[in-house]
Amino acid sequence: MRTPSGNKVYGMGAEFPSASALYEAAKRVRDAGFKRWDVHSPFPIHGMDAAMGLGKSWLSTFVLIGGITGLLTAVTLEFGPSWIIYPLVVHGKPVDWRTVPAFFPIMFELTVLFSAFTAFFSLLIMNGLPRWYHPVFNWHRFSRATNDGFFLIIEARDPRFTELEARELLEQSGGSHVTIIHED
Amino acid sequence: MDGATTAPDVIEGEESASVERPLARVPLVLNRRNFSWITERISGAVEGVAPRWWWVAFAITSMVAMFGLFCLGYQISTGVGVWGLNHPVGWAWDITNFVFWIGIGHAGTLISAILYLLRQKWRTSINRSAEAMTLFAVICAAIFPGVHVGRVWMAWFLAPLPNNYGIWPNFRSPLLWDVFAVSTYFSVSVLFWYTGLIPDLATLRDRATTKIKKLLYGIFALGWRGSNRNWRHYEMAYLLLAGLSTPLVLSVHSVVSFDFATSIVPTWHTTIFPPYFVAGAIFGGFAMVLTLLVPARAIYKLQDIITIQHIDKMAKVILLTGSFVSYAYAMEFFVAWYSGNQYEKFAFFNRIFGPYWWYWWVGMLFCNALSPQLFWFRRFRQNIYVVYFVCMCVNAGMWFERFIIIVGGLHRDFLPSSWGLFIPTWVDIWTFVGTFGIFLSLFLIFIRYLPMIAMSEVKIVLPEANPHHASPEEHHLVAAGGGERTQ
Repeated sequence: MRTPSGNKVYGMGAEFPSASALYEAAKRVRDAGFKRWDVHSPFPIHGMDAAMGLGKSWLSTFVLIGGITGLLTAVTLEFGPSWIIYPLVVHGKPVDWRTVPAFFPIMFELTVLFSAFTAFFSLLIMNGLPRWYHPVFNWHRFSRATNDGFFLIIEARDPRFTELEARELLEQSGGSHVTIIHED
Repeated sequence: MDGATTAPDVIEGEESASVERPLARVPLVLNRRNFSWITERISGAVEGVAPRWWWVAFAITSMVAMFGLFCLGYQISTGVGVWGLNHPVGWAWDITNFVFWIGIGHAGTLISAILYLLRQKWRTSINRSAEAMTLFAVICAAIFPGVHVGRVWMAWFLAPLPNNYGIWPNFRSPLLWDVFAVSTYFSVSVLFWYTGLIPDLATLRDRATTKIKKLLYGIFALGWRGSNRNWRHYEMAYLLLAGLSTPLVLSVHSVVSFDFATSIVPTWHTTIFPPYFVAGAIFGGFAMVLTLLVPARAIYKLQDIITIQHIDKMAKVILLTGSFVSYAYAMEFFVAWYSGNQYEKFAFFNRIFGPYWWYWWVGMLFCNALSPQLFWFRRFRQNIYVVYFVCMCVNAGMWFERFIIIVGGLHRDFLPSSWGLFIPTWVDIWTFVGTFGIFLSLFLIFIRYLPMIAMSEVKIVLPEANPHHASPEEHHLVAAGGGERTQ
């Protein structure tokens, strides 16, 4: 979609006065059947995922996989050298299952280490970050989204998006400063 | 401060609410501050010109840090003999300092992770600076095991790599566990801290007035735009990092205590060390958090965010963990007597009447066991000067405690013919003082360039952050009337 002047349109945004107003508006946009839209707020709003029709984040699955990888890494790293490559007899203690508990601390540490890195990088990948340029930054009011502003933006890519319908919905939901946001 | 639309900037009546209505829940942010006031006040501390006190403080701490680095350089180039270490005391100030600093870090992780899982919302005002303190304390701690080995260029022996004879390190050794525990702790703490910083860096990016600030904050904010599709994953990642850090922080000081507990030295060879060390770490760490935050709160006028209630709660944690520690001290004496082991019995007799007697009487008994008992009384918990005095006692006491455990255990062990004392050299002393310079310099840089309070998290605890909160018009009416706030 393009404006008459030829600029590509990213979407339409509106500003809301409070977290509760944004929450109510999100429910209306969800019920109107829009799929490609988002709300922006300076902090996570409790219950907003449900209001937007989003489920639980699947990030935890990746972290579980990362944790298991860490545990297996530790098992390989410890038992490989200690039992196979260069069996080391310390304090006359046997090189077999009876000394396994002494290997637990490193297994624990590597499980945590791998899980934490997986959590961080999954966060970046699932959120498409880092992304230093984004069309929403073209909207001059948007800088308040990290201060005290509450915004709802419907993307033009949404199959239901028409300028008229989106504007009407956003205004009816209590949004102000309803604005077309350009791609560049 | 043009953001204060609902309340004036004056700060008064901090404790009134709790005194008048003891059962009413005191708001976490006082004086009905709004979102933009929080942004303004916290970002303002970073954005203005560096005040003169900052330059004076930074000049002093960085000079001390430089002298500490000089001592490290002198020790590395000359040899570990420049320290007072000798037989029988082969571990003294170096390992004391290591345990001291690593312990300080634990409070930051406790606040950021364990209190998060326990839904203690008051943590939001203090978690950022406490986590920063964790990182800087771990940096100071990591110096000591690195250099005390003497030949630091062989420090790679700590890594799980085979040496030139193909021999791998012993994975069953607590010293290797320590390497893994401390490096994991540092890495996870950095990730947790940075994850929390991303939304606040975006705030600074959006407020930046110069191109260079916008570029730098922009790069580190990773393009964060507060989108709820992002917050959804963010909150899950944050929760998981908190869940991972919780057992991690308990494990780190447990592993540090294994360094001692798995040996056979009297007073070291004991099973209560892991919980005793963890409690002591949180105890000493909270004292250091308060040591840093009480002045920062006054200088940057953050009394509405770090309220007297926050200090009260931290004082309670100090009282609780201090009581754990005192119980452990008492139990050590009991077990020494009850075990019937003459070396243990002698070691504890020596602890209170031996050559280091005053370390125990002043450090462990007065500073650690007795001084926090003042916090049974609200009057003292809410008196900044008493709180500061107790925190200073605890800071000192926890260092003495580690010294008593380490040197107290080593200087008189099984054979009287090999007894000896430890006398620190000037290099010992100045290396330790230098780490304070490093720690404080890093902290000063932190409060200068990064938001010292997690803005996005403090905003969540305001009542109007709740989507089921009364509409803003109603809210303003209520606020203007000065009545009870609708929840």
